[in-house]
Amino acid sequence: MGGLDHRAIPTPDAQPERVSAQRIRYGHALFVLYLLLYGAFVLLNAFAPSVMARTPAAGINLAVLSGLGLIGAAFLLALVYDWLSRFLDSRGQNEGRHGT
Amino acid sequence: MIHERSLLAVVVFGIFVAITLGLSFYFGARTRSSQGYFAAGGGIHWFVNGVAFAGDYLSAASFLGICGMIAFYGYDGFLYSIGYLAGWIVALFVIAEPVKRLGRYTFADALDSRFNSRGIKLAAAISTLAVSIFYLIPQMVGAGVLITPLLGFPHWVGVVLVGTIVILIVVTAGMVSTTYVQFLKGSLLVLFSLVLTVLILHRGLKVDPRYQAGGSQRERVLAETQTVSVGPDGQKTVNGKPQGRGEGQADLSPIGHVSRLPGGATETGPLGPLEFLSTIEQSEIVLWTAKTVIDDDGRVTTVYTQRPTPGSEVLRPGNSPTFRGVRSEKFTDKLNFLSLMLALFCGTASLPHILIRYYTVKDQASARKSTVVGIGSIGFFYVLTLFLGLGAMTSGAIDVTNSNMAAPLLARSFGELLFSIISAIAFTTVLGTVSGLIVASSGAVAHDLVANVFRVPLTDHQQVRVAKLAAVGVGAIAIVLGILFEKMNVNFLVGWAFSVAASANLPSLVMLLFWKGTTRQGITVAVIVGMLSSLAWILLSGDTYRDIYKLDPATALVPFSQPGIVTIPLGFLTLVAVSLATRSRVQGNVASVSGGGG
Repeated sequence: MGGLDHRAIPTPDAQPERVSAQRIRYGHALFVLYLLLYGAFVLLNAFAPSVMARTPAAGINLAVLSGLGLIGAAFLLALVYDWLSRFLDSRGQNEGRHGT
Repeated sequence: MIHERSLLAVVVFGIFVAITLGLSFYFGARTRSSQGYFAAGGGIHWFVNGVAFAGDYLSAASFLGICGMIAFYGYDGFLYSIGYLAGWIVALFVIAEPVKRLGRYTFADALDSRFNSRGIKLAAAISTLAVSIFYLIPQMVGAGVLITPLLGFPHWVGVVLVGTIVILIVVTAGMVSTTYVQFLKGSLLVLFSLVLTVLILHRGLKVDPRYQAGGSQRERVLAETQTVSVGPDGQKTVNGKPQGRGEGQADLSPIGHVSRLPGGATETGPLGPLEFLSTIEQSEIVLWTAKTVIDDDGRVTTVYTQRPTPGSEVLRPGNSPTFRGVRSEKFTDKLNFLSLMLALFCGTASLPHILIRYYTVKDQASARKSTVVGIGSIGFFYVLTLFLGLGAMTSGAIDVTNSNMAAPLLARSFGELLFSIISAIAFTTVLGTVSGLIVASSGAVAHDLVANVFRVPLTDHQQVRVAKLAAVGVGAIAIVLGILFEKMNVNFLVGWAFSVAASANLPSLVMLLFWKGTTRQGITVAVIVGMLSSLAWILLSGDTYRDIYKLDPATALVPFSQPGIVTIPLGFLTLVAVSLATRSRVQGNVASVSGGGG
């Protein structure tokens, strides 16, 4: 387990600026997407609570479905972001190698 | 309700504590530098760190509070799960990687990375201490609340026991031992919550035999109430008799029953997860309401009344006092709800003890990956809370007077061993979160205040020693407050900590990252204004009037109780206004100096 070695490790965070700028942009786009979902959920609960009582699927109401959906969406977006970041990192490294 | 003391619970708890302390002493021998103490040398594997995030974050409030709230009020507790998890999106997409890049040991490091200002460090250190202590109190109270019925010790023993163990964990190896305790706790919590959920689904739902009778007999059962009365002399009676299990004594009956299943069935047998939820939606469940009456002679009587509630109501928001506002027509009630959901969303990424966990991994990619693991494990746990809460609600084993006990009592309905393990995990839950908070506080004292604000020259070794002394000091304060605040509602203070963290810390963190015009004065003033305004709002709110001052909440000075929707924007506005004012002054000074020179 890597965690058992507690010596200070140098942090190799030097990345091409373009790669990190692009990653930040993706991060913010995903953030806005989630903010819209969460915002819609909270506003529906506050101003149209009766909508939450409808049972659109599997005999389960919208309140439960959307709550579970929001938790699932958070994990899904986190995975998408990690995948995008790794993709950008590997592309940045390839470009770096070609450049030198 | 009188709970059976469990020797097995004491034994399992003892084993957990022995493992925890063993780990701490093992790592203690290997951790000497400040980098090791504050940030585990930056050498924690991202997966371990991710699970430790769960161990750090899932506090007693998450485990006991949310399960209890769902068990008593249904869906409303799940709103906390949704809000707490949503906050991690802010952490992952906005905060994680920059905080890792900018900081070294503490939240103040990141905030001050561009300025080297004592003012920022002082403000950030005070805010770290304030948030951590508000967060510590409910954890310590939770430890005491649990230990009394479970292990049979008085409240203060629980608080002192947890406080002492945590001080030992932190003092031996700082962030290293804290990380592994949190890793252990995070894994066990998620694993055993899953075990409990599988057992709940396997047991299915069953109509309590007392409610199976028809006609007037059923109505009679539904009309049964329970009362707890405490006289001016402190003597307690239950249903009119002295509380006890002996002759001529009475105790409260356990609650949590299904009174009707769909299609008139009496039991369902094993259910799938979605089937479980849809069956509850179509059933009728007996919830309870409490009403307190104070007689002229000072006798306080609480009457618990049954409220058979359709499942479709149970699974909708608005059953609990906290979230009743969503069904109200009053605009301020709706604002109160929006404000709480905003504080939950913004609070997570502003909690100092969460932020410092980004310094324990080696680079930004590891910070990101550990957050993804954290979101996965915390999200999975929060999904399980819905089943645990509804399982407790229908287990027939719940104490009507204490919602915090819902999860352990649910476990007891499956046998003594599971009860012992879940109780021990609940304690480890407290240990894990409290250790994280004490590491964050000791960093604020030793690294930010002593070394950077007061500029006391310290060697690396001395800084660790000061941090350990600070850990003992903060731990002692937490013990004292945990005893003093025994009667305080646990969830109330956690909400308080989230609101203060979001109002004080988030505006500065976000603006530092995204607005070049941010000045050091802007950050310092915004942290102070955010912290003080949110604290003041809470102290002047209806909830505090009712729960703390025992005054009429209608006379409160602020229109609704949750401060976030006002004080978070106020933090941003303050930062922008002060930054604009001080930036033009700085530029003006520069201009006049250069003008004088020419």
